Amino acid sequence: MADARGAGVVHAADGPRELQHHFDSMAQQKDASSLGMWLFLVTEILFFGGLFTAYTIYRWMYSAGFADASRHMDVRLGTINTAVLICSSLTMAMAVHSAARGRRRPLMGFLAATMVLGAAFLGIKAREYAEHIENHLFPGAGFHYAGPHGRPAELFFSLYFAMTGLHALHMIVGFGLLTVLLVQARKGRYGTGWSTPVEMTGLYWHFVDIVWIFLFPLLYLIGRHAH
Amino acid sequence: MPVTGQSETHEHVVSPGSYVAVFLALLVLTATTTAVAFVDLGPWNTVVALVIAFIKAALVVLIFMHIRWSSRMMKLVIVGGLFWLLILMGLTFSDFASRGWLPIYN
Repeated sequence: MADARGAGVVHAADGPRELQHHFDSMAQQKDASSLGMWLFLVTEILFFGGLFTAYTIYRWMYSAGFADASRHMDVRLGTINTAVLICSSLTMAMAVHSAARGRRRPLMGFLAATMVLGAAFLGIKAREYAEHIENHLFPGAGFHYAGPHGRPAELFFSLYFAMTGLHALHMIVGFGLLTVLLVQARKGRYGTGWSTPVEMTGLYWHFVDIVWIFLFPLLYLIGRHAH
Repeated sequence: MPVTGQSETHEHVVSPGSYVAVFLALLVLTATTTAVAFVDLGPWNTVVALVIAFIKAALVVLIFMHIRWSSRMMKLVIVGGLFWLLILMGLTFSDFASRGWLPIYN
């Protein structure tokens, strides 16, 4: 039968529209998607792992300087942002839940809520960055730091901007993915039979949340207590 | 709305209640880690912060990312990834820590 649907994509002769010809069943296709996504996330763990390794070594070498530099972080904003990100993980989990049950309106609502929370996180982060830059804490020629810990503090802020910057970049990518999901969800693309993209984006979003769960105590909370 | 008992094919559907419970636990743990940071525990500050972070990460992976209900192969992939992270960190740290042991570097 001549079939114009899905130009460029070959579908199984019989079976759901979303089933690619090289899979036997939707379940097998879904397992392959999950496995691929997790393998990607493992590479992401190692990607961020390199930065966490560098952080650990330098904190080991300059523990006093790192603790001193960390006191320039705004703990209040950091804690609020952690809560914002945890909220966004809840709304993302609920979006995946709604998609799997074929509830279109709740799915759209939860996707939009996740985007709003993600944008709020980035907005707060941008405010923090602006404050650091204003205080001459951006590494480079303009870096200025009073006291005996200038060089280690510059190292701390290099790692801070690299790690939170890479994290923020992942948030922006996630925001883009959510935009696509929202447009597709509006068209009724996801339902009980197939909602894999929502689920895979959920895995990505939760992973980015986990990275922040480690960044927050390591960057904001060291050296808080009085000696 | 609570789950009414109907099940998807080969899919475990987590009830929204579990998600909300994990969400609340994550918020409580965040408050705890922030509060503990202001108490001087010496070297234990870092230990407590990391233990709480690992508990939070485990909650997200197991419940939000559904790994609790995933196949053994999927769990193996994650454990394998963490093992590789352990190699990355472990060998780097052991190199760094043992550099002073040989006179050639001094």
